[in-house]
Amino acid sequence: MDTLVDIRRLKKHFPILGGVLRRPVGAVKAVDGVSLAIKRGQWLGLVGESGCGKTTLAKTLIRLWKPTSGHIYFDVPDVVKAEIEMLESQDKNGSKLNSLLKENDLGTFSSSRVRSFHRRAQLVHQDPFTSLNPRMKIKNIVAEPLKIHHVLSGHAVETAVEELLDKVGLSSGQLERYPHQFSGGQRQRIAIARALATKPEFIAFDEPTSALDVSVQAQILNLLKDLKREFGLTYLYITHELLIAESVCDYIAVMYVGKVVEMGKPEEIFHTPRHPYSQSLIAATPVPDPTRRVGRIVLPGEVPSPANPPPGCHFNPRCSRASDECREFEPELKLISNDHYVACFYPL
Amino acid sequence: MEDLVRIRDLTVRFHTYEGVVYAIDDLDLDIRQGETLGIVGETGSGKTMTALAILRLIPYPGRIESGSIVFFDKGLRSELELLKLSEDKMRSIRGCKISMVFQEPGSALNPVYTIGDQISEVYLLHQRQELGRQAKRRIDSLLGNGGTLAASIKRPFWRWQSRLYNKIAEGSNPLEPRILSHIPLFRRLLWRLKDEAGLLTVSMLKDVEIPDPDRVAGRYPHELSGGMKQRAVIAMALACSPELLIADEPTTSLDVTIQAQMLELFRRIKADRGASVLFITHNLGVAAEVCDRVAVMYAGRLCEVAGVEEIFLHPMHPYTKALLEAVPMPGKELQTIPGALADAFNPPPGCRFHPRCPSAMPTCQHERPKLKEVAKDHMVACYLY
Amino acid sequence: MSDWRFTARQLAKNPLSLTGVVIIAIFIIIAIFAPLIAPTPAGQLNSYMIPRDGYWAEPQPPSAAHILGTTQGQYDIFYGVVWGARSAFRVALVVMSITLLIGIVLGSLAGYFGGVLDEILMRITDIFLAFPWLILAMALVVVLGPGLKSVMIALIVVWWPSYARLIRGDILQVREEDYVEAARGLGASSGRVIIRHVLPNAIYPALIMASLDIGAVVLSAAALSFLGLGAPEGYADWGQMTQFAQNWIVGPLDNPLKYWYAVIIPGLFILFFVLGWNLLGDAFRDIFDPRLARR
Ligand SMILES: Nc1ncnc2c1ncn2[C@@H]1O[C@H](COP(=O)(O)OP(=O)(O)OP(=O)(O)O)[C@@H](O)[C@H]1O
Ligand SMILES: Nc1ncnc2c1ncn2[C@@H]1O[C@H](COP(=O)(O)OP(=O)(O)OP(=O)(O)O)[C@@H](O)[C@H]1O
Ligand code: SF4
Ligand SMILES: [Mg+2]
Ligand SMILES: [Mg+2]
Repeated sequence: MDTLVDIRRLKKHFPILGGVLRRPVGAVKAVDGVSLAIKRGQWLGLVGESGCGKTTLAKTLIRLWKPTSGHIYFDVPDVVKAEIEMLESQDKNGSKLNSLLKENDLGTFSSSRVRSFHRRAQLVHQDPFTSLNPRMKIKNIVAEPLKIHHVLSGHAVETAVEELLDKVGLSSGQLERYPHQFSGGQRQRIAIARALATKPEFIAFDEPTSALDVSVQAQILNLLKDLKREFGLTYLYITHELLIAESVCDYIAVMYVGKVVEMGKPEEIFHTPRHPYSQSLIAATPVPDPTRRVGRIVLPGEVPSPANPPPGCHFNPRCSRASDECREFEPELKLISNDHYVACFYPL
Repeated sequence: MEDLVRIRDLTVRFHTYEGVVYAIDDLDLDIRQGETLGIVGETGSGKTMTALAILRLIPYPGRIESGSIVFFDKGLRSELELLKLSEDKMRSIRGCKISMVFQEPGSALNPVYTIGDQISEVYLLHQRQELGRQAKRRIDSLLGNGGTLAASIKRPFWRWQSRLYNKIAEGSNPLEPRILSHIPLFRRLLWRLKDEAGLLTVSMLKDVEIPDPDRVAGRYPHELSGGMKQRAVIAMALACSPELLIADEPTTSLDVTIQAQMLELFRRIKADRGASVLFITHNLGVAAEVCDRVAVMYAGRLCEVAGVEEIFLHPMHPYTKALLEAVPMPGKELQTIPGALADAFNPPPGCRFHPRCPSAMPTCQHERPKLKEVAKDHMVACYLY
Repeated sequence: MSDWRFTARQLAKNPLSLTGVVIIAIFIIIAIFAPLIAPTPAGQLNSYMIPRDGYWAEPQPPSAAHILGTTQGQYDIFYGVVWGARSAFRVALVVMSITLLIGIVLGSLAGYFGGVLDEILMRITDIFLAFPWLILAMALVVVLGPGLKSVMIALIVVWWPSYARLIRGDILQVREEDYVEAARGLGASSGRVIIRHVLPNAIYPALIMASLDIGAVVLSAAALSFLGLGAPEGYADWGQMTQFAQNWIVGPLDNPLKYWYAVIIPGLFILFFVLGWNLLGDAFRDIFDPRLARR
């Protein structure tokens, strides 16, 4: 399997404006140096608590936002990436490097190139109640990407829209209706149909079921599975519900305060987590099985703010294993076993 | 176990511009003394409305059409028919004997008062006599000690204060303090009540495991994190030692690790105080974690009520089964429930679940199944049993 | 429920809104059928010029020949107010639509793109809004030379900044909505995003304000005409007719109300026109208020 999406040392900081002049006085380090590779055909689950930067990562990756620094490669051959790394390590700001970056790094693309990139990669938003324009009919909502990218025209658009709605399980008799006439699950289906319209290779889902009920959530998850198989899609799936991540994803990344702290296969992450945070996160997740009630680890304290994270390992104030080293230095994400990465000085 | 609340034939409807919403339909439910009863169900199944009906706070245009809600007041050792009480009486029960915690902690707190002030307010409102008693005790101890000159000068004032607070402690609404409290400067003479309330507040905040409660009491809501706010709201709800604590999705807006702390807190509250908790959630995992018994609702009706283990290990109602199957679990194929949620304006006749039920029979289509006990402590409303 | 039926029902429910609708409907009918209601005398080329019946100053009371009498200079009042309805609509609609257009274009650019452009534009509007508008408008008309066209230009110039600001504010809000971001995520260009997603959701407050403001536009135009800066003499225009009545507000000592028709009739027309639009604007505001439950 080759790598489709490759992010390297990606950072996205939001300035905090202060004072009368609204000058930046600090930064919210929403994403602070994330490296992540998504293989073609993979269903990568990104889990973490509220405010750890999951949405920011997805939106920056899809280039809705411009990254502060770092590289985003979409379908770039390994040799090119290696060449860029090499040129960068030589620390010469050569024109060769610049032209290579301009050609391959999504982070530096011009806005028109980004627009055409959106044909190949799509984002499905968290809240289906706000992500559809309330004043547009369903048929126009789903047809919009086709029109934007001039994929089809005239009558062909209408047939394509009907086909798409059929794919996501909506009847074509509803083309003339407005979003507010649909339930949450149906709206999320519409949003998925819209994302599928241009036949993208990659779709990022930002907690697509968190606003939905359990039974509807199951329908959407099954739909995503079917679509992935049918179109050979690659998914980035953001969620804070570990049970979902464990049951559908084939690779997991755990985020904490702007950083990925652990990456690995779901079997390993959920059964033998190596990072103390992953371990407590998994232990804190309620399971619908009253016989498994005992022995939960209750993590003390609260998630620190990304505007002002603790020095060293961001997890150190809540960690039972933290030492002086953890309070001073930031642990790097290191490979510790086959395909399993951990950023911790004292992995479990 | 004795019942604390007994709901019978409760029907709540919303008369809207577009038709009548059958929010709750003939609901029978008991909440026992000292138990945590969970209500689970999907959006719009009527969980919140059940809770609000107990407090008689159904929002306009909703109405409690019929039914009875009996509350056993432990203090008075009597049964109260909540739906027939006067509004005044109801107000003294709300926030005191029965209190509620909402999903959004922010919306339950007033942004312009400090946390401490808001919790003190509950004490001042509902526990004036107790506060008066405490204040009197404190003054009396001042009277007892000290032979210094300063103390003997102040003594007559203290005596008068002691009498004043004694009146508050005894009478239901004595004249003197009432007059004082309406005159701006003299109002200060009652400061000890506020002080006592403040002390109780801090100990309450400590009780819900807020670190550094003295400082937090002086904070405004926006200065606290979501989890902290929810703790403060819980402290406020517990202020009067309620007999029933209603929690409407208290952890839904919180993070997993904070949620775990909160669930731990609820478990402790129940164990320490022996209060009953009505715990509303749509997260089956959370329900499994904290509840003793679980009630499953669908489209305004109860499907099944049983102990947690019963419900999760031996579900009987097809809806409960389907709901449990729909929870993603590793290594298990996800099952979906066919069809869509029942239309609130136009619910299907008979069993409301029948259009989606895999084992629906002809009777299910037009006759409503009654909730009946099919095993010990296990009630199901389904014709299969 | 369809939007139209909802709108109609809301209008009918409130008697004041209904009154507004009726008043404006009557004015529209008057304006459309002006040639039938007050036919232009044969041989007169410009229908908008009020026919006059002599040249002496004193207004004449209603008579068979002039049902509402004549005003100063023997202009026929009935003809004047009927054709004046057309002028009123023309001024109101031209000024309002151009103002809205400018407001939408500049407000969208400033609101959506922000940055330096926004800063410059907002400072310009600040300057405009800091002037007393009537004086600014008068000065403009004087510079441009009196006439209905100058009045319209002057009104547009003093009116657009408040619309630009209003629209900018609403755009700033809608710009942050998820569906706008989603549209950008689909690869839509900024123009498409603004026109198809932002504006349709941000424009309503401005439209409501416009309907409330139409009355004010006509009133201001009338004020300028009253000051003699408006339409050429004899043009069918309510403002000018009030100006004609200026000297006849109080009659001779023994009969102070002698010339009431010259004063009251054009005044009533202005009054009802403005009132009608205000009621209608209030009704629109109620209808489009998002807080109104309309599931
Ligand atoms: N546009 C923005 N401007 C400033 N700060 C932002 C912006 N967007 C996000 N942030 C901050 O960046 C941090 C990460 O936010 P993000 O939305 O990525 O979190 P998340 O992991 O998606 O959380 P959730 O689970 O709540 O969706 C937060 O602290 C947030 O306040
Ligand atoms: N103000 C209202 N007007 C009309 N119908 C209402 C109103 N409030 C609630 N309802 C209806 O009452 C029914 C029950 O609502 P309720 O809030 O109890 O659901 P819930 O189970 O708490 O759902 P959730 O999980 O979304 O909180 C729903 O069908 C809802 O549509
Ligand atoms: S690096 Fe240290 S503080 Fe961070 S998780 Fe590992 S042990 Fe805990
Ligand atoms: Mg998010
Ligand atoms: Mg609810």
